[in-house]
Amino acid sequence: MGTLLDVRSLTTHFVTSAGVVRAVEGVAWDVNAGETVALVGESGCGKSVSALSIMRLVQGPAGRIVDGTILFKGRDLLKLTEEEMRRVRGREIAMIFQEPMTSLNPVLTIGRQLTEGLEIHLGMTPAAARTRAAELLAMVGISDPARRLPQYPHQFSGGMRQRMMIAMALACDPALILADEPTTALDVTIQAQILELMKDLSRRLGVAMLIITHNLGVVARYADRVNVMYAGRIIERGTAREIYGNPRHPYTLGLLGSVPRLDEPRRERLAPIEGQPPDLTRLPPGCAFAPRCGYRVERCLVEVPPLRPLGDGGHVTACWEADRVGSASRGAAELRQATSATRRAVK
Amino acid sequence: MITDAAPLLEVKNVVKHFTVGGGMFGGPRGIVRAVDGVSFTLYRGETLGLVGESGCGKTTTGRCVLQLERATSGSVVFEGRDLTTLNETELRPVRRKIQVIFQDPYSSLNPRMTVGQIIAEPLGVHAIVPDAGRRRARVRELLNRVGLLARHAERYPHEMSGGQRQRVGIARALAMEPALIICDEPVSALDVSIQAQIINLLEDLQAEYRLTYLFIAHDLAVVRHISDRVAVMYLGKIVELADRKALYDDPLHPYTRALLAAVPIPDPELEARRERVVLGGEVPSPLNPPAGCVFHPRCPIAIDRCRSVIPDLREIKPGHWAACLLA
Repeated sequence: MGTLLDVRSLTTHFVTSAGVVRAVEGVAWDVNAGETVALVGESGCGKSVSALSIMRLVQGPAGRIVDGTILFKGRDLLKLTEEEMRRVRGREIAMIFQEPMTSLNPVLTIGRQLTEGLEIHLGMTPAAARTRAAELLAMVGISDPARRLPQYPHQFSGGMRQRMMIAMALACDPALILADEPTTALDVTIQAQILELMKDLSRRLGVAMLIITHNLGVVARYADRVNVMYAGRIIERGTAREIYGNPRHPYTLGLLGSVPRLDEPRRERLAPIEGQPPDLTRLPPGCAFAPRCGYRVERCLVEVPPLRPLGDGGHVTACWEADRVGSASRGAAELRQATSATRRAVK
Repeated sequence: MITDAAPLLEVKNVVKHFTVGGGMFGGPRGIVRAVDGVSFTLYRGETLGLVGESGCGKTTTGRCVLQLERATSGSVVFEGRDLTTLNETELRPVRRKIQVIFQDPYSSLNPRMTVGQIIAEPLGVHAIVPDAGRRRARVRELLNRVGLLARHAERYPHEMSGGQRQRVGIARALAMEPALIICDEPVSALDVSIQAQIINLLEDLQAEYRLTYLFIAHDLAVVRHISDRVAVMYLGKIVELADRKALYDDPLHPYTRALLAAVPIPDPELEARRERVVLGGEVPSPLNPPAGCVFHPRCPIAIDRCRSVIPDLREIKPGHWAACLLA
């Protein structure tokens, strides 16, 4: 499978009265056809702005993509006219947002919102579009679609609205879906339903997915490859197995260590990452994570570490001290192995 | 953890119904059974976790304890007095002893007041520290205790990060020298690296001041970490209540089991091996809850009797309660 989306040195800034917010700073990543890739990070790390940049939906005049190329099926999206870009949005790349209520039109029926894209993008007749809309609702697990089509979004529950968003995203048979925190607003049992549905559909229909989330559990369950972002940059990338089993950036290690886990014995104390993310208008000269980092050396304060490969499995990390972090994370993994082995033995 | 024989708080059969509709545009009248006969006990120094999905009544239960909502029926006995029988004047001294920390500190802090004023105000109102100079010193002390600096007293809430604002919320609650703190989703709006900081802080403060927490949250892993005992709510009722260990290692109610199975675990290898048990359907409307066991329409093991018989919360094993006919 070839590269579907290839983002290179993407840089998106927002000019505010407080200064230039460097939301995304020279980021490169890609998505292969049919693959599920995650962008993980905490609020303000630039993961949502990355997705909006791809759709060219960054709010101007404050927000601007100042550099980079976004190659989608070999074409640079940043060079398309607005008219050409409109044909890409929804048709070839679809987007699912966190809060479906704010991205659905409250005064249009469910049916109309589904058929609109089908008629505009695919040139279907209204009758054909209605039949297809009913099929789509059934596909995302909404029962009795004929009765549902004339209803309005407020008559749907949160989980059903998100199913509806997925149906809209799939309507024009896109090659790529960008899902920005698709299940964050949902309860855990509904979250499980929606993620299962998305995974199943993307496999069956061969749609590639970019999942943007802060939830490490969601990523572990669904992503093939993971990009970890911090302060506008990607600081580590690898297969999900590598990122979770052998994290080589102190931030990734810290994130994994700070969440309580149901599969492990309860720890007496959580290990938070001390301090706070930096102000994106005043980034430190060196590594942005250095002020909070336990592995910090002199060099980290003056020189931004580039992404460097670790072995040849595609695992890269932006840390000068990646070797030292590696031995610590191996230690943590062994400890985990040992404790879960004892637990199994006890059971 | 349980050291005192007399409980600090006893919630008995609390019911809270809201009437909806019937107004000018209201449509048909109906009764939302937000809390439908909830009972639990809290002992001094312990943390009881209250988990459930949105609309299960966990927040309303907390508000009934705080007397921000007056229960439709039932009693809330705090330090031996039934709060539901007290009027506003009688409640004032009690309000000091029961504090609350909200999910979104931004909407619970006055944007026009500095952090110092926010923390000092109740110290003056309740005459805990009547002298203005001492009050400033006490504010500094409290800021320090929650991991902020004295200079933060001059800041406004919008100048602080989410984690710092939550620390201000905690300092304000702490200023009242409470016995009980209702923590309503105190970390769910925070980033994971900050969540851990706040959870550790809450644990430290509990140990230092022997605080009692009612910890309301939907994150099962966080609740396991912080709670001594855990109650699981579904559609206005407690369906299971047990010690932390018993509840997570040996859940008896099918809803608890489904909840635990739904939580994704940050380990791809484990996730790949894990059996997927996805609970179908959605939570029914509390306007029109199902007959019999409220969980039966979604329950994977429901039998005929579950459709008609309402299961009582029974003590299945010592200290382990479940409301399921099949438990």
